Amino acid sequence: MHSHTLKQLSDALAAGEFSSEELTQHFLQRIKTLDSKINSFITLCEDRALTQAKQADALRASGSAGPLTGIPIAHKDIFCTQGVKTSCASKMLDNFVAPYDAFVVEQLNGAGIITLGKTNMDEFAMGSSNETSHYGSVHNPWNLEYVSGGSSGGSAAAVAARLAPAATGTDTGGSIRQPASLCGITGLKPTYGRVSRWGMIAFASSLDQAGPMTQTAEDAALMMNAMAGFDPKDSTCANLDVPDYCAQLTDSIKGLRVGLPKQFFDQGLDNGVAQVIEQAVDEFKKLGAEIVEIDLPNTHLSIPAYYVIAPAEASSNLSRFDGVRFGYRCENPVDLEDLYKRSRGEGFGEEVQRRIMIGTYALSAGYYDAYYLQAQKVRRLIKNDFLQAFAKVDVIMGPTSPSAGFKLGEKAKDPLSMYLSDIYTISVNMAGLPALSVPAGQTQGLPVGLQIIGNYFEESRLLNVAHQYQLVTDWHRQLPATFA
Amino acid sequence: MALDKDDVAKIAHLARLKLSESSIPEITDRLTSILGMIEQLQSVDTSDVTPMAHPNDATQRLRADKVTETNHRDEYQAIAPATADGLYLVPKVIE
Repeated sequence: MHSHTLKQLSDALAAGEFSSEELTQHFLQRIKTLDSKINSFITLCEDRALTQAKQADALRASGSAGPLTGIPIAHKDIFCTQGVKTSCASKMLDNFVAPYDAFVVEQLNGAGIITLGKTNMDEFAMGSSNETSHYGSVHNPWNLEYVSGGSSGGSAAAVAARLAPAATGTDTGGSIRQPASLCGITGLKPTYGRVSRWGMIAFASSLDQAGPMTQTAEDAALMMNAMAGFDPKDSTCANLDVPDYCAQLTDSIKGLRVGLPKQFFDQGLDNGVAQVIEQAVDEFKKLGAEIVEIDLPNTHLSIPAYYVIAPAEASSNLSRFDGVRFGYRCENPVDLEDLYKRSRGEGFGEEVQRRIMIGTYALSAGYYDAYYLQAQKVRRLIKNDFLQAFAKVDVIMGPTSPSAGFKLGEKAKDPLSMYLSDIYTISVNMAGLPALSVPAGQTQGLPVGLQIIGNYFEESRLLNVAHQYQLVTDWHRQLPATFA
Repeated sequence: MALDKDDVAKIAHLARLKLSESSIPEITDRLTSILGMIEQLQSVDTSDVTPMAHPNDATQRLRADKVTETNHRDEYQAIAPATADGLYLVPKVIE
């Protein structure tokens, strides 16, 4: 059952080949026997999942099942899940049991989805390797000595190892697409505002976006149908109708104009990755796409601008962790200031503290215009590059990540080199555009993802393009031998 | 811009973070190297550019002035480190 896609599981449940309870039991069993190799889960919700599965089976028996009824998935531990520990992979929230469900969780629950558990991640989603987690690193299922990517590394590894057929993720600078690329799965970051951020623990509020992490584009479309929607509780959520994301999947992409930004193929790109991307582009030519070289001249500014904006917003968002209302509190504080400082000093990990300090500095008196305001202006330039490009092309393609991954520990002591590895994903968040990563090949035994970037709210087109590619390739069907 | 240890101590105070004395030199180096990378922004001419605060340039949505929230005090305080009589407890602030 675990080699089935979400779509196949949906069809099999509908045909009565097995029950949701059997299916859920199967995945729980896999997690219990195999997850010790990759550490992709923080919390397992065994009893709850089985109860939900029985309810789903009852619902199906009564004739009111939908396409996702009875399918078990995993949630990144950044989404609040009522009655279940929601840690954001931080010591700060190790004791936090969410008192409500995130909008995304509520929507998926409403569609009949079952929660297997909560997946590992970089602490507060700050990282690109899943090494900043309070609960230990996630290992890449393709090579256990390599990182899973991050920050949604647990979700990516769990889906790649088929410990869950799909998972939720969040993406602030590449946190869905980069681990999807490194683990060989499909991951979609929707347009900023497409999916509600309510109940998703905030990192950088003008960049954060939730999305599906799945085996195929078709599965991502099924998930998006349930995840997207207007939510008045998120003031930046787009008040637009949700299309049926499955409707355009089968459309022909003949005549599709594909832009290749020359800045995505410069000297920083690994040769093996470059070859895989070249081959993928050739597949699109065979499918009738027209390839156009484009220019995104401000791409190199996306990392410095990001490392002002994201930490500035994080320093503000994370001020809520004060040791007073929830989360970690230090022992025997002598006064209120000591309570704040030690609770935060002991509760946050190093990387989180670093980013809070960078943000605090960038926003502090005398520096605001030079850093935050300047970064917001540069952000406009990055967005304008994309707007000009989309006047000429329908989608933009390139690598998701400059290399197929790195070994655990290799970059952990050098934050700057880790930051630079997000060069192809960050500009997309700065602009607020939708983008996905699909498995497109391998180099040295590790998966490589192709990134496809679309214009605002054109998730349907992205999913269509990715689905057409997956109909003629089988990289998305490959499974690491240890987890076959 | 290079930071010194006093700058880091000041930033940590503003951020309400207690740093161990021994970690300060390493933090100072790392923050300095990150700020060095960020420095690239200063060379960009942005004189006619409007700052972009939000991807969709949306404005704040307003809602009708109606009570929509219900009382969840007991649930929210159940996860607090210390409470009494419906109040959050902290060390004594006023003598």
